[in-house]
Amino acid sequence: MTALRHDLNLARPDDVYNLIVDAHKGLDDAQCRAFDARLILLLANQVGDEAAIREAVDAALAGLVPTA
Amino acid sequence: MGSYVYPRYAYVPPPELTVGACVASTYPVVIVGAGLVGLTLALDLALKGVPVTVLDEDDTVSIGSRSICQAQRTLEIWHRLGVADRMVAKGVTWDTGEVYVGDRQVYRFNMQPDPGQRFPAFINLQQYYCEQFLVERCGEVAGVDLRFRNKVIDVRPGNDHVAVDVHTPDGRYTLRAAWLVACDGVRSAVRTLLKLPYEGEVFDDQFLIADIRMRADLPNIRKYWFYPPFHPQNSVLLHRQADDVLRVDFQLGRDADAEAERRIEAIDRRLGVMFGPAARWDHEWSSVYKFTCRTLPRFVHGRVIFAGDAAHVVSPFGARGGNSGVQDADNLGWKLALVVQGIAPASLLESYSHERVQAARENIRQSTRSTDFITPKFPASRVLRDAVLDLARDFPFARAMVNSGRLSRPTGCSDSPLHAGGAAEDWGPAPPPGDVLPDAPLADDNDIWATEAVAGRFAVVTFADTPDGLPSDAAARLAAPFPVACLAVMRDAGARPAGWDALHDTKGMLARRCDARPGTTYLVRPDQVIAGRWRALDLAALAAGLRRAAGLVEG
Ligand SMILES: Cc1cc2nc3c(=O)[nH]c(=O)nc-3n(C[C@H](O)[C@H](O)[C@H](O)COP(=O)(O)OP(=O)(O)OC[C@H]3O[C@@H](n4cnc5c(N)ncnc54)[C@H](O)[C@@H]3O)c2cc1C
Repeated sequence: MTALRHDLNLARPDDVYNLIVDAHKGLDDAQCRAFDARLILLLANQVGDEAAIREAVDAALAGLVPTA
Repeated sequence: MGSYVYPRYAYVPPPELTVGACVASTYPVVIVGAGLVGLTLALDLALKGVPVTVLDEDDTVSIGSRSICQAQRTLEIWHRLGVADRMVAKGVTWDTGEVYVGDRQVYRFNMQPDPGQRFPAFINLQQYYCEQFLVERCGEVAGVDLRFRNKVIDVRPGNDHVAVDVHTPDGRYTLRAAWLVACDGVRSAVRTLLKLPYEGEVFDDQFLIADIRMRADLPNIRKYWFYPPFHPQNSVLLHRQADDVLRVDFQLGRDADAEAERRIEAIDRRLGVMFGPAARWDHEWSSVYKFTCRTLPRFVHGRVIFAGDAAHVVSPFGARGGNSGVQDADNLGWKLALVVQGIAPASLLESYSHERVQAARENIRQSTRSTDFITPKFPASRVLRDAVLDLARDFPFARAMVNSGRLSRPTGCSDSPLHAGGAAEDWGPAPPPGDVLPDAPLADDNDIWATEAVAGRFAVVTFADTPDGLPSDAAARLAAPFPVACLAVMRDAGARPAGWDALHDTKGMLARRCDARPGTTYLVRPDQVIAGRWRALDLAALAAGLRRAAGLVEG
């Protein structure tokens, strides 16, 4: 587990966090999901590093127990 | 309905049921099924001098067009068997695919971006024509005994043979086969009789295939629409075929009523929305289908060998079913011939299973991914799929993720026990061992192609500037118990090195595609698969590589 950054990589983390949250405002649930999906794909391509994306997927899944 | 006139092949009473006829006690190879795969294998074996008996329960070709996209590799194989030019002349040649979202084109791909190859990326030709041409070719070569209306009803494997019970219009008989190859399709009777598990995934989505005859001024391009205006809920695939036949494949979804959709009026309604009120067509064949992806875990079971749909099935998106079955036959033919001729041990056939199970798994992986993209299984997968389609309008990266079928290319066998070394480093982009040797035009006396020059037997292919480093006694020093072609690729169109057949690569295209320098040497199997490559011509290494590739040493 080395490809994914754990330390801060953003100069203004609050701004980036709020930018993403604010983008959801006014969208219904379906629109939010569409927005999230597009953002994930755009960012995945920007990251470009498959190992880092794999680690990010694992990290994001942590603690989520499949119920379906 | 259709315009194609189905041939009826005569049933001839088999010698076993004919008084006074001479009956073989054991047949060297018996093939069950005269479909694409069984016929390809029969021709390959017969042309290699191994007589074959083919049993088929029917007396005609494939009912319905079924497989239409015949890939470059399939054409190269059929060319070796002497039928590809006829197929190309009859079929529709194409190499380009277009993908639309709504009515907007988002993606275009070319399956043969590097032209200068003997065969196109694809032709579209109905399966019944392919089978008809293969059957007719069987009539031209010695050694194929095609028995129509001979249905296999039981098989009993023994140690040194397989007993096969066959039902005919004249009653039943039993024959003994030293090797039995089951090419009897997805519902394989042989597989069922041997109670072999056929595991895999079943997909719930339903599709409607409408093959129609219609004069339409369409380019030779595969078109795929997600959410088109004329079928807004789902996707549609369009292909041209021979005889002005179009294939339209409508995705219907999970809940469609198959009975209702099958009715001509319902099909006409869908086609009317697609082609407009003025269009006129005749129906050729239609079918509502679901599909499965399955494979046998092993293709060789004692003296019974499985190939084609009897061994593996995939979804049609990607045209991998028939094409991979033809590659099974290509992989098996030379091995079975060496075994039947007593040159190689039976263990060579295990490599067929190893290599083609790997290929089947790769085909299933690819076609499952296409299917999951076309028919998303759960809500989040649909959201992501639609996000890709949305982004594809403006972002090239997303176009690469649009998966309407990754079309069949020859599947490599990367870890075959038959393949020898050569240094792994030190190679630029060129196919590694396990892949098929690339094609290229060769300016020669009679204008041949690399795919023709190497096909059908083992070949040593060495790249040379001058004849100096080419020993004239190379063939003798390789000391193989089977024919080996010694081929020297040279740019100089006048070169005639002693003891070698010169391939005049005057444009340097083959050298480029093989990342070759002077001395670079490829060892190629009879199915054109690369068995090893080296940066220098080393006859001792080649001799060892040949023995290994023919299964004469333990891997
Ligand atoms: C709608 C559709 C579209 C497709 N499109 C493509 C495509 O574009 N490209 C592609 O590569 N593939 C495609 N395929 C897949 C392709 O049709 C199959 O993979 C191919 O037919 C397999 O060939 P086969 O010889 O293994 O089996 P089959 O063609 O099924 O032949 C089996 C033969 O065995 C005979 N037989 C069966 N049981 C017995 C018995 N007990 N005794 C004697 N004989 C028997 C049958 O009569 C038949 O002739 C498509 C399939 C479908 C359904």
